[in-house]
Amino acid sequence: MNSSDASRYLSTRGAPAGLRFVIYAVLALALMYLDQRGRWLESIRYGLQAIAYPIEIALNSPAAAWQWSKEVFEDRAALQAENRELRQRIRELEQLALRRQSLERENAALRAIAKPAVDVVEKYLPAQIIGSEFNSQQQRLTIDRGAVNGVFDRQAVVAAAGVLGQTMRVGPWSSEIILLTDPEHAVPVQILRTGVRTLAVGTGKRDQLTLPFLPLQTDIRQGDRLVTSGLGGVFPAGYPVAIVTKVKRDGGIPLAQVEAQTLARVDRDRIVSLLWFTTDHPAAPVEPGQAQGGDPKAKAIDIKKADASVSSAP
Amino acid sequence: MRRWSLRRRAAAGLISSFVLQVVPLPAVLGWFRPSFAVIAVLYWSIAAPGWGGVGLGFLMGLALDAYLGVVLGQHALATAFVAYIAIRQHLIIRNKSMFEQTFYIAGLLLLWQIIIWIIDGWTGHALGSWTRLLPIVTGTLLWPFAWEWLGGDLSRSRR
Repeated sequence: MNSSDASRYLSTRGAPAGLRFVIYAVLALALMYLDQRGRWLESIRYGLQAIAYPIEIALNSPAAAWQWSKEVFEDRAALQAENRELRQRIRELEQLALRRQSLERENAALRAIAKPAVDVVEKYLPAQIIGSEFNSQQQRLTIDRGAVNGVFDRQAVVAAAGVLGQTMRVGPWSSEIILLTDPEHAVPVQILRTGVRTLAVGTGKRDQLTLPFLPLQTDIRQGDRLVTSGLGGVFPAGYPVAIVTKVKRDGGIPLAQVEAQTLARVDRDRIVSLLWFTTDHPAAPVEPGQAQGGDPKAKAIDIKKADASVSSAP
Repeated sequence: MRRWSLRRRAAAGLISSFVLQVVPLPAVLGWFRPSFAVIAVLYWSIAAPGWGGVGLGFLMGLALDAYLGVVLGQHALATAFVAYIAIRQHLIIRNKSMFEQTFYIAGLLLLWQIIIWIIDGWTGHALGSWTRLLPIVTGTLLWPFAWEWLGGDLSRSRR
């Protein structure tokens, strides 16, 4: 009955498609240029992230509902078993904490620091994963904490077993995390056994890192632990990162081919932690030079003594 | 009546294709995820060029850019371009058998991926691996079903 109406859409209308395409192409190229060069679009992005937040929550809701119902319907025996396990874990951690106290005292004595050692982590904030993007060019997570929670750009993020990544693009209520495994991410690490420093670069594969800058004769073998070296200004020294899984030495290539597996697993827990550091701690992140550096530190201080340093903040 | 249902169906198809495109999936499944949003844009550009087309492709692409957090304009340019080709060729593609149509679609999806790839290179992002080509395969296989679900050949059903 309304076929004229439907047929209106069956052929092209208005300006010729070629002209339209040229206009839109110019628009797209201009957008790309502005986004890439001038950081004009930062504020627009901030707004877009605010808009995306409810969508992300909605898209994550089936997974969240599944998790919730699993928790609700978990039977008594399973809960008791879990409880037992957690108690056991707490006992182990208590033991470790006791040992750490004595080690810290000893360390302070060795370094001849008069004041008692303070923890390098000043504060942490648990955050829930609400979105993820895993493919060969991007390994990203979205978490439900943003600028309103005091999250800042290039903040260290850890999961239970080790370093997970750092924040990039902080929105008002959510922020994006670039994982260690992202091919555009590199983390300064140290081989725990030998103290050799290098970079661990993401591969775009789940849990896989590569150490592309080690000479052939470097002393590294399968099973070596990698910890953060404290360089680079994001991660503090000594955090576990990965375990070396494969070392290949090929005479034809002057560098050793080393693969490592990250200790932090994203798929296991849905909770990650954002860290704030004590800046004057010996293990605090060191910024090479001080180009745009400083700012994570400055903000970490802001949070502690909000009133005192607000005036000095830029 | 009918116009409403067409519009509603179009809106529902486009929104759900966007959601399917961005909803978080386990890693391996994610590799095979077809480019739902592009397929929806291609459908509307071919089946109802007055409704779909370059502007729709641009907007859909821009939404993807914004949501995925890549450089703004990347997916917008690529999607607008394949929509442009689809709209130029819509009479030819529409009258091909479904088997032949899928070849056009495979070509367009490949073109789309290549543009995204080139822009990744220009803007200094990671180029990824061959797994980027998997969505083209799954997208092509999805096309005949998507064509039916999204509304089939509108020019025939109205007659």
